Amino acid sequence: MASIKEQFEIPGTLKTWAYALIGIGGAALLYGMFTKGFSTDEHEQAHFWGTLMYNTIFWTLVCNAAMFFICFSTMAQAAWMQSFRRIAEAISTLVPVFGTITFAVLMFVVLGHKHHIYHWLDHEAVMKDPILKGKVGFLNPTFFIVWTTLTITLWSYFGYRMRKISSEADVAPMDADTAKAYNIKSMVGAGFFLVWFGLTVASTIPWLWLMSIDAHWYSTMYSWYTFASSFVAGMSLVALWLIYMKNKGYMELSNSEHLHDMGKFMFAFSIFWTYLWFSQYMLIWYANIPEETVYFKHRVQGAYKPIFFLNLIVNFLAPLLILMKRSAKRNFTLMALMAVVILFGHWIDFYQMVMGSLMKEHVSLGWLDFGVLTFFVGVMILMTARALASKPLIAKYHPFLKESIIHHT
Amino acid sequence: MAQKKFVVGCFDDEATLFPAVKQVRNAGYKIKDVYTPFPVHGLDHALGMRETSIHTAGFIYGITGTTTAISTISWIFTKDWPLNIGGKPHFALPAWIPIIFELTVLFAAVGMVLTFCYLCQLAPGVKKHHFHKRATDDLFVMVIECTDKTNADDLQALLKTNGAVETETQVAEDGWWFGTYDKEDDLYNQKQLA
Repeated sequence: MASIKEQFEIPGTLKTWAYALIGIGGAALLYGMFTKGFSTDEHEQAHFWGTLMYNTIFWTLVCNAAMFFICFSTMAQAAWMQSFRRIAEAISTLVPVFGTITFAVLMFVVLGHKHHIYHWLDHEAVMKDPILKGKVGFLNPTFFIVWTTLTITLWSYFGYRMRKISSEADVAPMDADTAKAYNIKSMVGAGFFLVWFGLTVASTIPWLWLMSIDAHWYSTMYSWYTFASSFVAGMSLVALWLIYMKNKGYMELSNSEHLHDMGKFMFAFSIFWTYLWFSQYMLIWYANIPEETVYFKHRVQGAYKPIFFLNLIVNFLAPLLILMKRSAKRNFTLMALMAVVILFGHWIDFYQMVMGSLMKEHVSLGWLDFGVLTFFVGVMILMTARALASKPLIAKYHPFLKESIIHHT
Repeated sequence: MAQKKFVVGCFDDEATLFPAVKQVRNAGYKIKDVYTPFPVHGLDHALGMRETSIHTAGFIYGITGTTTAISTISWIFTKDWPLNIGGKPHFALPAWIPIIFELTVLFAAVGMVLTFCYLCQLAPGVKKHHFHKRATDDLFVMVIECTDKTNADDLQALLKTNGAVETETQVAEDGWWFGTYDKEDDLYNQKQLA
């Protein structure tokens, strides 16, 4: 293994780009905060805090999806991803960072009584409203704060534990018994994360953070839909970093076979996302009950119509048609392009999920949205690169590594 | 249907099979096929077979299914027999998507199965010559078709030096036939299996 580059050195250009993005994005963010965030106009406030909300929540869930990927692979005793698992781990180190930002933003909204964002914060209105009164056991500030705190803490903690277990594979070669014990230990660690993931991302958290913006409306598909969106974007992010690292001459043990399987994830989960999107839309369209169609009214027939259909084209048609061919999933350029397209597409999806409910009359997509996005991309690049550089790139004594090296599809 | 001459080499291990395939191909022989008891990963690649086109065929069948579904449903609901269902527009695309999807899958699946059977010449009652009975049990059976220039003895020797446990020259039916196996060809009457 002498020829393998185990240590990542952050290229200067990457750092410059990351700092530039953070600088530009940070400037936009600050400007937005003073002109809109602290404005007395409720519309402007909703615009700013809504933008911050969907960006932080999107990036937290995307980075958490990287740890979810590690955990379900571990649980299934999958070996193929071992050669680049450190990339997914590095991305998942961002969960505490983005989680903290999300927490701060959500606390500002909840404790600052921004009831034009979360209508259920207005206690008097809730008590007069039979629907919201029925939901008060779930949609109340105390539960929101406790559950959000628990969620972000445990995502970070279980993720940290998984990364720590992964580091144990750097130390020394394992004999059969040690390897078996190590495998069980990893699976138990993954189990904790997966159970908590199921209780949060796949159910309660999207209800609390996103769906409760439309406090009267609900959809049983919503959490799965959000999960699918963040998961496919997370897979794209891992694939994008893998391609970048390969381009820089690292990750010698990963090749087009591994990329092919990442491509399958991106392809399959784009279709899974569409399936959930359609299941949510079609039932509401079919039943045609006003309290349900209220969510889609301004999205399909109002100002958000272009965004709504762009969402479908970018997140369904493009991956379906472009990634269908085997050769496309093995092509580094095409995969990099599609990873960016999918990430952007699901960012747009989160945009319409939040802003489509906050600003129904007009689409405000502009400098603030792209500025905040730029800031988060910059932070993501910088922190992921640092996390990659802080550890060997290969868990070289991992019992499954050989199976990953000879992996082919 | 024609009788042809074949040289058959049997191997008892994948590990000897792969280098042997390489050696035989390097020596200039064209391998007709290798019959294995189970799917061997990478053997198609080692044999130099081209990628299958069945997925392209599947895509075309799928598109055909989509088109059939859209045109049929839209004709029925907008031209032939328009009905007012819950005040929905006659051209109610969301309601049709599940059926469009199902027909796409049905056409692709059935079409691909039939194409696969056609390409592999598989059908009820269709029989083909077994080059070695143990190809379904534990032997990897490599079959090379002899041309005018092939020296069968040389080829057998080459197979032997590359680890074949058993070699022979057979004159056998190349294609398929409809009906039954001859007595000596019938798997169920073989003494080894009895």
